[in-house]
Formats: sequence, structure tokens, C-alpha cells
Amino acid sequence: MKSLFIVIFLLLPGFFAVSVLAGGNDVVLDSADIRLDDREAIKRGAKLFVNYCLNCHSANLMRYSRIAQDLGMSNDEVSSEFITTGVKVGETMKVAIAAEDAKRWFGTAVPDLSVIARARDVDWLYTYLRSFYRDESRPWGVNNSVFKDVGMPHVLWELQGLQAPVMESHTDAHGNTVEVISGFTLIEKGTLGTAEYDAAVRDLVTFLAYLGEPSKLQRLALGKWVLLFLAGLLVLTFLLKKEYWRDVR
Amino acid sequence: MFDKIAHGLSDLREWADERFPVTAFWQNHLVKYYAPKNLNFWYFFGSLAFLVLVIQLITGIFLTMNYKPTADTAFASVEYIMRDVNWGWLIRYMHSTGASFFFIVIYLHMFRALLYGSYRGPRELLWVFGMLIFVVLMAEAFMGYLLPWGQMSFWGAQVIISLFGAIPYVGDELALWIRGDFVVADATLNRFFAFHVIALPLLLIGLVLFHMIALHSVGSNNPDGIDIKKHKDENGVPLDGIPFHPYYTVKDMVGVVVFLMIFSAVIFYAPEMGGWFLEKDNFVAADPLKTPEHIAPLWYFTPFYAILRAVPDKFLGVVAMGASMVVLFLLPWLDRSPVRSIRYRGAWFKLALSVFVVSFIGLAYLGTVAATPLATLFSRIFSVLYFAFFLLMPIYSKWDKTKPLPERVTEK
Repeated sequence: MKSLFIVIFLLLPGFFAVSVLAGGNDVVLDSADIRLDDREAIKRGAKLFVNYCLNCHSANLMRYSRIAQDLGMSNDEVSSEFITTGVKVGETMKVAIAAEDAKRWFGTAVPDLSVIARARDVDWLYTYLRSFYRDESRPWGVNNSVFKDVGMPHVLWELQGLQAPVMESHTDAHGNTVEVISGFTLIEKGTLGTAEYDAAVRDLVTFLAYLGEPSKLQRLALGKWVLLFLAGLLVLTFLLKKEYWRDVR
Repeated sequence: MFDKIAHGLSDLREWADERFPVTAFWQNHLVKYYAPKNLNFWYFFGSLAFLVLVIQLITGIFLTMNYKPTADTAFASVEYIMRDVNWGWLIRYMHSTGASFFFIVIYLHMFRALLYGSYRGPRELLWVFGMLIFVVLMAEAFMGYLLPWGQMSFWGAQVIISLFGAIPYVGDELALWIRGDFVVADATLNRFFAFHVIALPLLLIGLVLFHMIALHSVGSNNPDGIDIKKHKDENGVPLDGIPFHPYYTVKDMVGVVVFLMIFSAVIFYAPEMGGWFLEKDNFVAADPLKTPEHIAPLWYFTPFYAILRAVPDKFLGVVAMGASMVVLFLLPWLDRSPVRSIRYRGAWFKLALSVFVVSFIGLAYLGTVAATPLATLFSRIFSVLYFAFFLLMPIYSKWDKTKPLPERVTEK
């Protein structure tokens, strides 16, 4: 009987291997490699967020005061550094843009970014924000290789500059030749160099990851103590069980 | 001093006993409830299921204090719990992780019954109550999953409720009646909330009570599947039985702590469990106008979902899915083997059970992936094998060459 179960459990990974092979994914994502415990990165990211994102995107579920608390800043510091609209520090990160306006300007409602890092992977966000390229056929003159025909303009344009896609010819499974984007070349310089821009996007994504789950650091920090306590309890309960069961057999 | 306190306490107990059977209850169900002494690893999952039930009830009460069950506020109120409520994130993760762990524990608990024939007479009703708990638990989980009002909540509910629409003649009306609207909407959320926090938990607690009463009336089975009441000492105590308290209470405590370690590891380090416990798409608020690319139910429903999809006709698919659960209820009457436990069964049953396990896990996996022709083919093969395990059981369990049963329980 035992051998049969062993065979079953050895076979199981086979299913999952098949699924990995079958699910050939389309876009290759770059690793964001963020450090959630880097408060300075979160702070720099927050600055970018309020300057570039918070004009159209809200973070309706996040309070400014929570940022103060988590990043070790005073409420006044947060007010002066991050709040541009005069709202109170205890309020959430709202924007004034109306849904109808957004629809008219961008063709779609602008998503709230409170939990975007949980809905989209951080690697996805990191790659997405670095993959805008010039495309005159689009309303804002740019397209994105990660999110095709996205409604969002390249708001970080002045930092990154403008890139053009490098095309490559491939033969697909049906034997047709298809053009795919294999990389980008910078055609207009921004205020940041490529490495600096990547670092800035990494900061921004770090902030988005923090924004998605502000209690994550607290959770990770607490986890080891809970497990340590339970490990101690395990020893005690095990010894207790052994003591009682001494007279059973 | 201590004498006085002890005296006072025993007076209090006497006083209470005259009015309520405290001591009798304690004796009958713990100190003088004799469980077989050879219960092994697989017997932890009953008490663990009870533990998870308690965790879900308590965390659920605290979640209800801050959750707002309307279509406009539900999604935001869950994030409010995650951010602004003190320890809200912990309570929410305990509840969301607890849901998945409930099914892990219950599936292992049910598998134990398959291994050792715990469903066989005289434990048929014990098994039937257990199955009812399983069905109610599925309804409870399904309705609870709508409450965060994310994309998967919404579209999962939309897909499952529309299944009722496949029933001839009354289907569409029935689906409409269940939703309370033409699509899943505020009315649906409100009623699911009522069912999730009041109706179904009450039913669950009642059924768990019945399950326990049945268990304590017939006594626990054991890995040998033999009756320990056949050999009793002069006081009528089974020779192979030991009092549940303290022996199994201290043993179960070890199981509880090991369980809590695994449970905590998930809560603190991987509450999404790579998208298996909390799906990525559910961090996007429900949008009736935007269908997600890939709608899959949570992992614990996928074996049954795969059976549903394996059948080309929608209505017959629903029937097959229903039958896959009904057939479980019939298990005590399908098994014709002279022995209960797998330890004394022959090759046929062992082969059948192995095929069943592979099929069940295979279906669970196939329920999570897109219905490609290959996946559908495998779903069909596994569905047939799933039903074959049950429907052919009267034949192969009778044919099977069993081993002689021991007189007394064995230690392995």
C-alpha cells in the first residue's frame, strides 16, 4: 500500500510540469528585485507617486497618516512633503478627477492603485513602467509592450525620455513570420540616465508594493516570534503526551 | 485554606449536578469515553476540523464588526480591515487561510474514513452527517467568497449561479430568484452575507453536534477496523480502549500545535499561497462589465468543477457534478467487503483507492486550468474513474481477497 502512495506522489509533479510547458507565457518580465524594508526607497517612491501618479490615480484605501506611521515620519512632514491638495493628513489619497472626464481623456476609468501591486505582480509593474515606446498611431503618441494599447500616457516621459522599439522577426508555431519587440533604443533623452530611471521606477514600485499591503512588514516581523512560541509549546505538549502515554503500552 | 476552597468547589459541583448533568457529561464524553488505543496520525484531523471551525467562527465575528455588505462598500471595507482596524490584517488572514485549511483538514479526515472503512456499519449515520457537513461547508465557502466583492468573487458567483439556469423549465427563474437580480448584484451580496454569517454557521454547528453525538454513541473506529467492544474487562471497559481524556486530549494538543505552526507559517509568510488561497484577480474590485480572462473557482471546488466541465451538455454537467457528491453519501452501502480497514483488504481495493486518489487530484488540477482539448480529455477519463471507484465498489470489494482480522488491535 505504502509503495502505491509513493508512486502516486511521484506522479503528481508530472501534472504540474505539463501545465508549465503548456502555459507558454507571452511577455518576459524583468525582475524588480525590491526591498520592502528599505524605508528610504519607499519614501522616494512615495514622492514620485504623489508627483506623477496621484493626479489621475487615487489610492482611496490608504491614509496619509498611515504612511507617516510606517515610515517613521511626523504628520507634519508627511503633510508638507506628500500633500499638495490641502487635505488633512488623516484622509485617504483621493484625486479630484471625475470618472466621466477620465473616460473622455483616456478612454477608460483610471484604476485606483491602493492594491495594484497585489493584483499585478511587482515585476509586471516594474517592466510596464519601463516599456513605453513611441507609437504615433496612439492618442498619446505612446504604446506599451507589456500592456498593449494602454490608455495611459507615458507620465514619466520627462524622466526617462522617449524610446523606440527594436523589432525582430520570428517564426511562430504556424510558420508565419511575425515582428516582435526585442528591446528599445532611446531616441530622446530624459533628465535621468537609463540606470537612474530604472532605480527610480524600482523606488516607485517599492512604494506600490508597500501601498498594497502596509502591514506586510509587521506581519513578517511577527511571524518568527509566533513560530518560536509554538515551537516551545510543541516541546512541552510533546513531553506531556509522552508522560501520559507511558502507561498505555 | 486549600481544603476550604476544594470543599467549596465540590459543593458547587454538587449544586450544579442537581440542576444540570455537568459531571455526567464530563464523564460520558471525556473521562469515560473509551477510544481505541491505536489511533494514528490520520485521527488528528477530526479534532483539527473542530479547531478550524472555532477559528472561523471567532475571526468571522470580528470581521463582521467592520465589514460592510453592500456592493458599493464591501471591497473597500475589506481593505479598511486590512489597514485601519487594529490587527484587522491578522484576523482577515486567519479567516481566509482558515477557509482553505478547513478543506485540507476535511479532505484528509474523509480520506481517513476511506482508508479504514470508518463509514461502514454501524457508522453509516456518522458518515452521512459528516457528508452533510461537507456539503454545507462548500455552500458556506462559496457564499463567503462573494463577500470581498473582487473580480473573482463576482464572476465565480456569476458562473456558479448560472448553473442553476441549466435546469430545464424552471432554471432561469430559479437563477433569478437566487440572485435577486438579473446579474450578481447588491441584493445577491446581502443575502449571501446573511447566509454566510447566520444561516449556514447555525446549520454547521447543529450538524457538527449530530456528528459528535453519533460518534460518541457508536464509538471511534480504528486503523484495524475491528470492534474494540468485543473484549471488555470486568467493569465493562474495552480492553483496547483508553479514556479520551487525558490520553487523547494531550495527544491532540500536539497535533493542534503542529497544525498551528503550519497555519501560522502560511498566515505570516504566504497568506496568498501563490494565488491558491487569495487570488490575484480578487484584488481588483468587482466589475460587472469586465469579464476576467480566466475564471477558476478556488482550489477546493476544482475536482467537482472539473467533472462539471467534462460533460459537454451544461445540464448533464450539473447533474454529473451533483451525482459526484451524492455518490459519496452512498459509500456505506456500496462497500461489501467483510473487513473495514485497508490493512486487511486485498489488491483490488488498494488498486481502486489509488486510482481514485489519482483521479481526484487530477480533477482538482484540471479544474484550475483552461479547458483545452487535452485537459477535457483527461477530465473525462478521470471523471469516469471517479465514478467507477464508487459504482464498481459492490463488485470489487466483494471479490477482493481479504486477510484474516486480528482479535485485538495491533500497533504499527
